Amino acid sequence: MKMEKFGQTFKSFKMKETEPYPKVYLYKRIVQAKLFIDNHYAEKIDLNNISDEAYFSKFHFIRLFKKIYGKSPHQYLTYVRMEKAKDLLKTDAPITDVCFSVGFESISSFTGLFKRITHKTPSQYQQHELLRQEEMATYPLKFVPNCFVEAKS
Amino acid sequence: MVTKLSHSIIYVLNQDSAYDFYVNRLGFKVHTDAPMGPGARWLTVTPPDQPNLEIILMAIQEGMIFKEDPAKQMKELVKNGTFGFGAFECNDLMATYEELKSKGVVFKKPPTKEFYGYEALFVDDSGNWFSLGEKKEV
Repeated sequence: MKMEKFGQTFKSFKMKETEPYPKVYLYKRIVQAKLFIDNHYAEKIDLNNISDEAYFSKFHFIRLFKKIYGKSPHQYLTYVRMEKAKDLLKTDAPITDVCFSVGFESISSFTGLFKRITHKTPSQYQQHELLRQEEMATYPLKFVPNCFVEAKS
Repeated sequence: MVTKLSHSIIYVLNQDSAYDFYVNRLGFKVHTDAPMGPGARWLTVTPPDQPNLEIILMAIQEGMIFKEDPAKQMKELVKNGTFGFGAFECNDLMATYEELKSKGVVFKKPPTKEFYGYEALFVDDSGNWFSLGEKKEV
């Protein structure tokens, strides 16, 4: 993973004496790290490098990240990849394409983790979502509360 | 016995723009996006930690809810920032504020210490405003 751009982003932040909140510069660094994961989840991210680029010790970085987001950076990266995979599985994209396009390198580890989290295999999840969309397009009123259905009709 | 709130409404000026705001900026999930005939669309989103609470992004237009004049009046009221539609919660107010600000969300009030705790106020793409605070242990 190319970290230069990420490092430049962080280096553009400077602590301002006039900041109205204590340690706001720390928040900015952690938020930038989170946004970096959000934007580069599909790439091979070395989380060790992120803490270096954020001018934190690895331990301090992980502790602050977890305090703010309730997950370690690694757990958060996995969470983002899984959420993106769920979005992609709402289309008819092949499972292997989905797996690699969200940053996994092995179908078996992707499938295993996906099932552990959603209690469905990726293909079961995809089938369910595609059927739901088909139903939504054919019988939209089924997805609308009764009062609105009456107003509509 | 009433058991839960399943749907809530936010009236919006434009559903495409509201989709972008609530999904791409706030990070909400699309629950239902269904065509409802000419010019009508049923669009609901859910906050990430509340997958069963559907927030209806209801376009203000003549038809299902509004007649012509009330629709015009409602559009003006929403555009002018008349309505505060609710209070959202986050894990960490400062971090959420910094993130949303970087995504172009407009804040009427940055995180500010009030007698009841820290609070920020942000505005959606239509003009509706919301309180944003951290979960309180009571």
